[in-house]
Amino acid sequence: MIPLSHFLIVAALLFSISVAGMFLNRKNMLILLMCIELMLLSVNLNFIAFSHYLGDMAGQVFVFFILTVAAAEAAIGLAILVTLFRNRRTINVQELDSMKG
Amino acid sequence: MVNIAIATPEIFLLCTICLILLIDLFLKEDCRMVTYLLSQVALLATALLVYSRLGGEKITGLNDMYVRDDLGSVLKISILLLAAGVFVYARKYLKDKNLWKSEFFLLALFAVLGMMVMASANSLLVIYLGLELLALSMYTLVAFNRDDGRSSEAAMKYFVLGAIASGLLLYGFSILYGLSGRLDIAGVAAYVSGQQVMTNLPLLFALVFVVAGIAFKFGAVPFHMWVPDVYQGAPTAVTMFLGSVPKVAALAMLLRVLAESVGLANPAWAQMLLVFGLLSVFLGNLIAIAQFNLKRMFAYSTIAHMGFILLGALSGSTEGYSAALFYTITYAMTAAGGFAILVLLGKEGFEAETLDDIKGLNERNPWYAFIMMLLLFSMAGIPPTVGFYAKLSIIQAVMQAGYLWPAVFMVVMSVIGAFYYLRAIKMMYFDKPDNSDPINAELDFNVLISVNGVLMVVLGIFPSALMGICSAAMVASHL
Repeated sequence: MIPLSHFLIVAALLFSISVAGMFLNRKNMLILLMCIELMLLSVNLNFIAFSHYLGDMAGQVFVFFILTVAAAEAAIGLAILVTLFRNRRTINVQELDSMKG
Repeated sequence: MVNIAIATPEIFLLCTICLILLIDLFLKEDCRMVTYLLSQVALLATALLVYSRLGGEKITGLNDMYVRDDLGSVLKISILLLAAGVFVYARKYLKDKNLWKSEFFLLALFAVLGMMVMASANSLLVIYLGLELLALSMYTLVAFNRDDGRSSEAAMKYFVLGAIASGLLLYGFSILYGLSGRLDIAGVAAYVSGQQVMTNLPLLFALVFVVAGIAFKFGAVPFHMWVPDVYQGAPTAVTMFLGSVPKVAALAMLLRVLAESVGLANPAWAQMLLVFGLLSVFLGNLIAIAQFNLKRMFAYSTIAHMGFILLGALSGSTEGYSAALFYTITYAMTAAGGFAILVLLGKEGFEAETLDDIKGLNERNPWYAFIMMLLLFSMAGIPPTVGFYAKLSIIQAVMQAGYLWPAVFMVVMSVIGAFYYLRAIKMMYFDKPDNSDPINAELDFNVLISVNGVLMVVLGIFPSALMGICSAAMVASHL
């Protein structure tokens, strides 16, 4: 049987990759959205692993809620992205700097 | 145990929102006033429902996921009344800017519902759901002026950073769940009570993520990057909503997660809150001095105020929590009033947002200038306004918890912060106005802004009534 720590390490790695992706990515807004999804999925992996090893269903229920909310969140994120593109004609992260101070 | 009756106010609000959505579908373009009035009725009726259930024991229900206690009720009533006030203020702005659409009120109502859920949450899952309902509505509201590039840009920034915050919070929750095997607040608290907190590395690891997520939602340094841009880019009516009501919900989340569930780990999270709070008070006040855009200046001043709230909560005592609650409620009122004056100064096709726009306000309308002066005095913390008493009670709580130097630092930073509020007051009273158009507003706006301004002084002279409510709520919830 695969020990719990393996799952937690994979989840932590995915989480780190998503955070690194957000801060290293200087180009495309879509990559940011993907990183956000990856972050939520790594949390899901954590919850499922704990849920399985604790023998408790609550964690898996939580995962269903996270998945649903993530879908709604992606929908809203993409909608905002579309209005942004219509107004600015770009989704380059570096060009989103009209407000300073 | 399933006891659905404890969520009556939330269920009522949800049903009313759905009803308003339906009715709005059949309304003509020039009947938007009906939607507005229905939203106000929904808010006030829900507030009455919450009020009628005030007092009495703490009851949990819906399989221990939901709780009804006085703390939640006080938080909910303040959220609902603040939202109703913001709606009154927002009306003029929305009409001026050709944004008079029902979506504003409906999205704000959904945000209010999310905040109410957060205030009554008794499980990490419910906190997350309430938080997301609030956040998703707020992202859309910020992008509300969809033909304005700054509005969409602000929404995009808010969305990305808000999603990171949710991710951090969830990661912390998942580890808390793994450690305790429970999702309800009491279960997590039971786990924490049996632990040596300062040497339990996994618990500390989880706490770091949870505290970072909460600090993100508060907009405390070093997670404050979104605040200035969102405040500046969002339409002023949305900034007014964002800058007042969700602060109460953020405090609700802090109280439910940090104080109730991991309250016994106070020595661990108090250190993090201390750093975040002091940095916020420092950077917020310092950078605000350099701002000439009023919305941005208010954003940095918010960061400083959020620092005060975090510092009040870190003491882990009843006094500290009630001081933080008192501060949050009065600050939310003050911020709503401040943005209302900005709304007042704008007119069709023109948005008042720089310091120059408030020049000579006294010559244009002495009464509004006087109210703005009271609001700014309150933000600066000058007696006899309520801001003074709020800051005083926070500093007292911090000193009682044994943090002498942070308290001194807070006083020094408040004095530095007073500079930019006084500069704005100087511009209102001693500079010549750029344009001398008369300022006018409808009757309900005038009455509400006058009450708002006068409350700053009344609550400042007689703070004990509100403070009594705050500490009674904390005592009733055993905080």
